[in-house]
Amino acid sequence: MKARVTVTLKSGILDPQGKAIEGALKSLGIAGVASVRQGKVFDIEIEGRDRKAAQAALEQAADKLLANSLIENYQVELK
Amino acid sequence: MNSAVVVFPGINRERDMARALRLASGCEPAMVWHADTALPGGTDLVVVPGGFSYGDYLRCGAIAARAPIMDAVRAHAGRGGLVLGVCNGFQILCEAGLLPGVLMRNTAMKFICRDVYLRIERSDTPFTRGYNAGQVIRVPVAHGEGNYIADDATIARLEGEGRVLFRYADPGGALDPAWNVNGATNAIAGVLNEGGNVLGLMPHPENHVEAVLGPTDGRGLFAGLVDHFKQAA
Repeated sequence: MKARVTVTLKSGILDPQGKAIEGALKSLGIAGVASVRQGKVFDIEIEGRDRKAAQAALEQAADKLLANSLIENYQVELK
Repeated sequence: MNSAVVVFPGINRERDMARALRLASGCEPAMVWHADTALPGGTDLVVVPGGFSYGDYLRCGAIAARAPIMDAVRAHAGRGGLVLGVCNGFQILCEAGLLPGVLMRNTAMKFICRDVYLRIERSDTPFTRGYNAGQVIRVPVAHGEGNYIADDATIARLEGEGRVLFRYADPGGALDPAWNVNGATNAIAGVLNEGGNVLGLMPHPENHVEAVLGPTDGRGLFAGLVDHFKQAA
């Protein structure tokens, strides 16, 4: 089973990397870029077919390691 | 003072730290591997040194914070044992939940390797008893992620409880954004946990302990720790 965990910075957390990318996009002349926030994507293969167990395992993975809950939110998607 | 230095793959300041501990205490520190599950018996002080554990993958300190030895470090801290984290060690202690807050990318987006001035906020702790409150020391920093942040309530608590021990300051000890090299909240360079027995700081006092290399302002931290344990004995 394929899954994707997306980790993003919480709003209000300063993101200097996103700011630098935003600046670079603007200097490239790409029109209409208002702001950029950088995040992380984890593509994870889960063994078996139990979607409920997979969801629980992915949430555990995100809580314990993939995201730092002080500064980041995460979203789990099972495909 | 029996100290143990925890070594993770990618750590590179463990020898400097061991040398500073040996010079101050006269005892050879134990080097403890991340995959170990116990600290040597009689360990007084655990030190998590600086470097780039696991190549700073995922988030600085995130993977090291989940290493097997960290349960033993947590248990040591839980018993009131002293723990010191420097640079990557500070990041690891935050990720391990032993200290509040997070160390984010420096606001200037650059790796900073230079000497800084730190104002000592309190001298009545095992970590700072070798200094006077208000004293300014010169020590190096070398980090890309040293910008300390925490939510407003946590910062208010740290300040209210006097848990900020070191702040980036100008050479005269005044707070000035120009001298807050990484943009840390309230110029915080080092904080204590709630119990007062776990300290994390970004700068490297262990690199300023020998006159042959220049300033020796880092000695106070190690000498203070040695005194603390002498008095306790």
